[in-house]
Amino acid sequence: MPHDHHDHDHDTPHSHTGMSSSGHPYRQDQDEPLTYWQNMEIAVRELLIEKGITTELEVMRQIDQMDNRSPADGAKVVARAWSDTAFRARLLEDATTATREMGFDIGALQLIAVENTDSVHNVIVCTLCSCYPRNLLGLPPDWYKQRAYRSRVVKAPRKVLAEFGLVLPDDVTVRVHDSTADMRYIVIPARPAGTEGLSLAELEKLVSRDSMIGVALATAPE
Amino acid sequence: MTERVRVREMFPPGHIRTPFYLRGKTGEVERVLGPFGVPEQLAYGLTANREKLYRVRFTMREVWGEAAENPDDTLDAEIFAHWLIPAED
Repeated sequence: MPHDHHDHDHDTPHSHTGMSSSGHPYRQDQDEPLTYWQNMEIAVRELLIEKGITTELEVMRQIDQMDNRSPADGAKVVARAWSDTAFRARLLEDATTATREMGFDIGALQLIAVENTDSVHNVIVCTLCSCYPRNLLGLPPDWYKQRAYRSRVVKAPRKVLAEFGLVLPDDVTVRVHDSTADMRYIVIPARPAGTEGLSLAELEKLVSRDSMIGVALATAPE
Repeated sequence: MTERVRVREMFPPGHIRTPFYLRGKTGEVERVLGPFGVPEQLAYGLTANREKLYRVRFTMREVWGEAAENPDDTLDAEIFAHWLIPAED
């Protein structure tokens, strides 16, 4: 009797075709050849290590440092701005220096904080690439880097915000900030009502990543 | 008094950080930053001129005309000095 290899594969736990036992399709192994730029990255990295300019460990530490940044850092800045009027003023005047005093160094770049109020709503984009305040928010979400968001939010911001579930009244002015050069931006969302007397730690929990990009509001307390 | 500026309507090749959709558009200077190295030179490893960087605020009416979603909403972008000329109006 001929052996039906195809069916057999589907039934064994080691099969890499069909559906997994959790009901999801198996993902292909990444066996494709390296692209030109992947080869280039490896070549440059190996050269820098051979020449003693950097080390494998330093590269890994840098990746680790980037992975450990998260929107929780930005939320600390927002909560402090809500609670400390002198800090808020310094933040709006010079966000690079004000956030550095909290230990968030943006390196060679500079930061601008834009504040949402009853009459103004700010939203951030980088139409040319994917500039993002990584030192305060960590890595950007995929949608932030995609052409759909980048091209549409500058032309129809209210429609895009509505798709995020944020419908703004007509008397609120929308200000879109296109990060075209050396500045990075963070939105300071409006402080929700009913948050008087909350601690910094409690306020931080109300500040989402999306609220600091400007596609959401800060969360109202329960 | 706010300064009104127009983005040069030119299309040179190379690494340029002045978005296409703002070329030829007029706006108000929101604030002046820098100086920073000019990206057209930095991108090619050249010694870069250092120039002022202007945050220019455009109305959606100016950028998109009749197609604007809400004409009074605004768009701010950073434009290097050599891309700006005084507005004629």
